[in-house]
Amino acid sequence: MSEYDNYIDITAAVCPITFVKVKVALERTDDGKILYIKLNDGEPIQNIPRSLKDEGHKVVKIENNGDGTYGLYVVKNGL
Amino acid sequence: MIDFSDEMLERYSRHILLKEVGVSGQEKILSARVLIIGAGGLGAPAAMYLAAAGVGTIGIADADVVDLSNLQRQIIHSTADVGKAKVLSAQETVNAMNPDVKVVAHRLFVDSSNIAEIISGYDFIVDGTDNFPVKYLINDACVLHKKPFSHAGIIQFKGQTLTYVPGAPCFRCVFPNMPPEGAVPTCRQAGVLGVMGGIIGTIQAAEALKYILGVGELLAGKLLVFDALTMNFRKINVNKAKTCPTCSEGAGIKLIDYAAPVCDLKKH
Repeated sequence: MSEYDNYIDITAAVCPITFVKVKVALERTDDGKILYIKLNDGEPIQNIPRSLKDEGHKVVKIENNGDGTYGLYVVKNGL
Repeated sequence: MIDFSDEMLERYSRHILLKEVGVSGQEKILSARVLIIGAGGLGAPAAMYLAAAGVGTIGIADADVVDLSNLQRQIIHSTADVGKAKVLSAQETVNAMNPDVKVVAHRLFVDSSNIAEIISGYDFIVDGTDNFPVKYLINDACVLHKKPFSHAGIIQFKGQTLTYVPGAPCFRCVFPNMPPEGAVPTCRQAGVLGVMGGIIGTIQAAEALKYILGVGELLAGKLLVFDALTMNFRKINVNKAKTCPTCSEGAGIKLIDYAAPVCDLKKH
């Protein structure tokens, strides 16, 4: 697994609280640092990367964990 | 940073999702202090939307009691509140809406002797009053004490609103002097469509929130005029008046309690 500076698991949340929790975690992450987001397949993996991009964050890597969850590595304000 | 509980994240999720608000913007809202002068047609919806938004401290100033004739438009009050102090009725509604909001009830009519002290504790003031003497007093006091405020007025099917921030044109730049007694009917004489307070008062709440967040363009230097019969919104550019009796250089503001027209005097 790659390195990250901050971590958030949103697998227990449902839309739109998923992205709200991501925004709170990003608030606690410095610019240029990496936030790791653990999220579910389906709606979260379809929508969260797009929402991150809209707000100027760069998704640098997506890992399929093979158990119905994914891992996103996001650089805060990396776009 | 405020430690948002899951309940707070859910309550304010639709704000936090907005790029222009986010977590830090919602924190600004939760720590903001807004004063609403007049818990009537304009103040009721303004107070309710600001309460729902989570404005941390909402001051409400009004000396009146709820009257049956208020209920057609003053939606913060209910039938059971008739006879109750408006500030208390408003406080109960806000408390029931959002426990994150602290209401400060000022059960008084603002006048030249108390306005400076009352406004000093707030970041933004909403003028929800129904008469010219107090509107001019609020303008003059806010200019004097460098407080941003939202002016508004409604009558019949018409409404207008303008936002003042220090340095921008003030209400008196546009309307330098009080209209002579009898020249403008009050809503007591002329009537007002109930929703006018909702439309214009909600715009005032939006201006307060935009000021708190520091986003978008305020109605500063703009007078927004609305006609519900034609559904026309007109935004008129207004300039600072060199001869403004309040905000021009060397104007020397004195707070004055203008006499209210006799027909407007409240009977207690």
